[in-house]
Amino acid sequence: MKAAVIRFPGSNCDQDCFIALSEVLGVETHYVWHKETSLDAFDLIVLPGGFSYGDYLRCGAIARFSPVMQSVVDAAKQGKAVLGICNGFQILCEAHLLPGTLVRNQSLHFICEHRRLRVENIDTPWTCATWTGTLLNIPIAHGEGCYVADDATLLELNAHRQILLRYTDENGAATAAANPNGSAQNIAGICNRARNVFGLMPHPERACDPRLGSTDGKVIFESILATLGARKAA
Amino acid sequence: MTNEPAITPDLIAKHGITPDEYERIKSILGREPNFTELGIFSVMWSEHCSYKNSKPELRKFPTDGPGVLVKAGEENAGVIDIGDGWAIAFKMESHNHPSAIEPFQGAATGVGGIIRDIFTMGARPVFSLNSLRFGEICGDSAGVKTNRRLFAGVVAGIAHYGNCIGIPTIGGEIYFDESYEGNPLVNVFCLGVLRHEQIARGAAKGIGNPVFYVGAETGRDGLAGAAFASRELTEESKQDRPAVQVGDPFKEKLLLEACLELLETGCVAGIQDMGAAGLTCSTCETASRGGTGVEIDLAKVPKRETSMTPYEIMLSESQERMLIIVKKGHEQTVRDIFEKWDLPYAEVGVVKDDGMMRVLDGGKVAAEIPASKLADDAPIYVRDAKPKSPAKPLQDWPEADSHSALLQLLLHPTIASKNWVYRQYDHMVRAGTCVLPGSDAAVFLVREANKILAATSDCNALYCALDPREGAKIAVAEAARNLACSGAVPLAVTDNLNFGNPHKPENFWQLRECVEGLAEGCRVFNTPVTGGNVSLYNENPGGAIDPTPTVGMVGLIENEKQITTQFFKDAGDAIILLGGFGSEMGATQYLKIVHGKKEGTPPRIDFDRERALHDSLRSLIRSGLVKSAHDCSEGGLAVALAECCISREKPIGAEIDFGATDLRLDQLLFNESQSRIVISVSKTNAAAAVALCEWRGIPARRIGTVGGRELQLRANGTSLLWPVDDLHRAWYSAIRNCMTE
Repeated sequence: MKAAVIRFPGSNCDQDCFIALSEVLGVETHYVWHKETSLDAFDLIVLPGGFSYGDYLRCGAIARFSPVMQSVVDAAKQGKAVLGICNGFQILCEAHLLPGTLVRNQSLHFICEHRRLRVENIDTPWTCATWTGTLLNIPIAHGEGCYVADDATLLELNAHRQILLRYTDENGAATAAANPNGSAQNIAGICNRARNVFGLMPHPERACDPRLGSTDGKVIFESILATLGARKAA
Repeated sequence: MTNEPAITPDLIAKHGITPDEYERIKSILGREPNFTELGIFSVMWSEHCSYKNSKPELRKFPTDGPGVLVKAGEENAGVIDIGDGWAIAFKMESHNHPSAIEPFQGAATGVGGIIRDIFTMGARPVFSLNSLRFGEICGDSAGVKTNRRLFAGVVAGIAHYGNCIGIPTIGGEIYFDESYEGNPLVNVFCLGVLRHEQIARGAAKGIGNPVFYVGAETGRDGLAGAAFASRELTEESKQDRPAVQVGDPFKEKLLLEACLELLETGCVAGIQDMGAAGLTCSTCETASRGGTGVEIDLAKVPKRETSMTPYEIMLSESQERMLIIVKKGHEQTVRDIFEKWDLPYAEVGVVKDDGMMRVLDGGKVAAEIPASKLADDAPIYVRDAKPKSPAKPLQDWPEADSHSALLQLLLHPTIASKNWVYRQYDHMVRAGTCVLPGSDAAVFLVREANKILAATSDCNALYCALDPREGAKIAVAEAARNLACSGAVPLAVTDNLNFGNPHKPENFWQLRECVEGLAEGCRVFNTPVTGGNVSLYNENPGGAIDPTPTVGMVGLIENEKQITTQFFKDAGDAIILLGGFGSEMGATQYLKIVHGKKEGTPPRIDFDRERALHDSLRSLIRSGLVKSAHDCSEGGLAVALAECCISREKPIGAEIDFGATDLRLDQLLFNESQSRIVISVSKTNAAAAVALCEWRGIPARRIGTVGGRELQLRANGTSLLWPVDDLHRAWYSAIRNCMTE
């Protein structure tokens, strides 16, 4: 079992993901530079947060064309586990590995704070170590995290239970007030039909160490590692 | 040279060079300078680069100590030992003038500049703080609207740069006062970590070593910014907008990673960022530090515009550039790394043994100046100092209704929650933020070193305006107190001295008094000054700003169990006041915000008492007794207690009984006497905590209990009550409400 953390030149959560995987979860983890072209050696591929290529144009728009992305697309098509966090989620949408797109927060401001997320479906490799309806306390930090998609796509996502996380209040209600960025249907994270590609705006890697106030992010990593057989489910 | 203007007295004056300074230049060169050389001298001898007006004062700071690895002034930033072979480099710097003209880019490039100062030392930047000051932002006058625009722009600029480069902005301070109208203060702080053996030097060592230019191409942006920053802002300053640089955080991220990667290879002989005065400053300073000469050819410098003159290239302050002196024979390593990161680079020159800074333009000499004379022999001025008449002690003041006064204080943007600001900063990237913004000090876990650092920035400029020496002493004491409240032992200080035009004797006197006050404070707390920045000429058409000697202090927390936050934890906990009720009303926020008076003598500071207080608190924390600790500062005891209740996610109430005191109610609640801390401990530990403090000579008194949904204060037979949810709502949304008016 080996995990890859892709390094775009402007990735800045790469180290946090690396530490969460290698130190907290004990997985053999390697950085993969964006100019590399093979991901054959890896079972789990993580696209970390950051500003891949500065993102002055549109988040993830240039990253999609980087050399490593063709390998990410191939790996996803082969059914390998691909996780995109924040900027990684934006890149997965730009690369059409996930439907919809992420636009500027409704407030127009960058927002960094802890948020409550409700687990919507545990029948996936990314959430199997938790329970439906569980509330997770995980931080967000983004300026362009407003998830938008056309109605047909949203219907599809719901019909196939691809929405894995929604923003809610402390009582688990997905209200407008609990929606930090204006995302359609309070969507915080979605997976593809095949369930092997997962993108989310919140940062689970920042919620893996009790000293930082929450360890709720661990369950995402624990789920995929359990699925991949690297760890027993909690 | 062709097409260069003749050197006339008018041109010399326009460069901010006095006739005496011009004579000095001629004697250094042994001839008249050409146009490029005149420009070079003007930026190097500006206050911003030479500290010509402040140097004799800065020498008063204590700069040495057992943990000091690189002293103030030696390099771009000081370096302090934190144990186990690890060290920290940190510094604070101002970008006041650029931010007044172009708030977004002004603040953004300020962040970029301070980050470069840190990684130039070989350190990986791990977090930032900022200390900001603006005019009032509530209301709808034209001036207030401008202040809001500046405030919003500065915050967005800091967020833009810091978020993109991935260095968390985890704390700081923000004040709003009329004296900063039109001349906001933007002081940015950055801290990095490194191993002792990784300390990099900004010296051009090794005759014959190649000199590399790396990073962004040079353009015409930020021409002579250092000289611009060393003048008063006027109505015409808007025309100086070209003197403000434009930042590209993505490029800086690449530069940071490439430089750290290169430093790791051991093939760097010297490294220096191009900040103020750009290529000029980096070449002459590296040569001066190395005791060598540096020759560069401008034809080889990567440029983003065509037909730039030597004058423009040398004075450009384009961002995200570095000068690197490479050990001969290792040129290919540099090329490989900078190609990997897709960054421009060029071999532009060579280290020489003649002590000259020689600038060629396609082989022709464009400037030739003895490097050390240029870098270190700027004229030094001891300006006239004239004491301002001391503030009159407060005799009497009207009594406002204390119930509404507390609300009024919590609603004022200076005291209100700063969440509108820090929500815009990525304050959690690098997964080390143990205490979120909004407590007494920011606390950060440095994973690579397994060390927990606490950092704070403090300065009550109102105190400094009314008594600069005492105000500066209090700035240091408050910083140390904030660190103590977070469980930390102070290590060292960086400072940012923001003052008005030093040619005005009263301003210079304020500078001197503040420096002496800071120096005294730093000696008391054993916190050497590791470096910092001086920003003079902070004036608007209405006069000078309140003197603002910002103190950035860093401390170490022994272990994670000792991390302490300011807010109350559990119902039933006992609330204990350390340091007594106090009584001093001069220069309080109560007088300023509620009564509109900036007057009276600020509170006095007794350093022995202050130190004993910190030691007692730390020993309580080490014993595991303390559940929360918060110091009394702006707004006094009532604001401190309210903050203990509401500065957490879900507010919690408290019932306080002061008994019968001999103070008027507003005096009891809002005085700002120093050396006071509110702590909470579990009920069973209350007696032990009080006894421990009294045994150490610190007055300690149990004043109440945590719990309920109200903050209730009883004193002198009166009772005041506020629902904590109301206080929280008012305090939490005050700034947002001002900004969306």
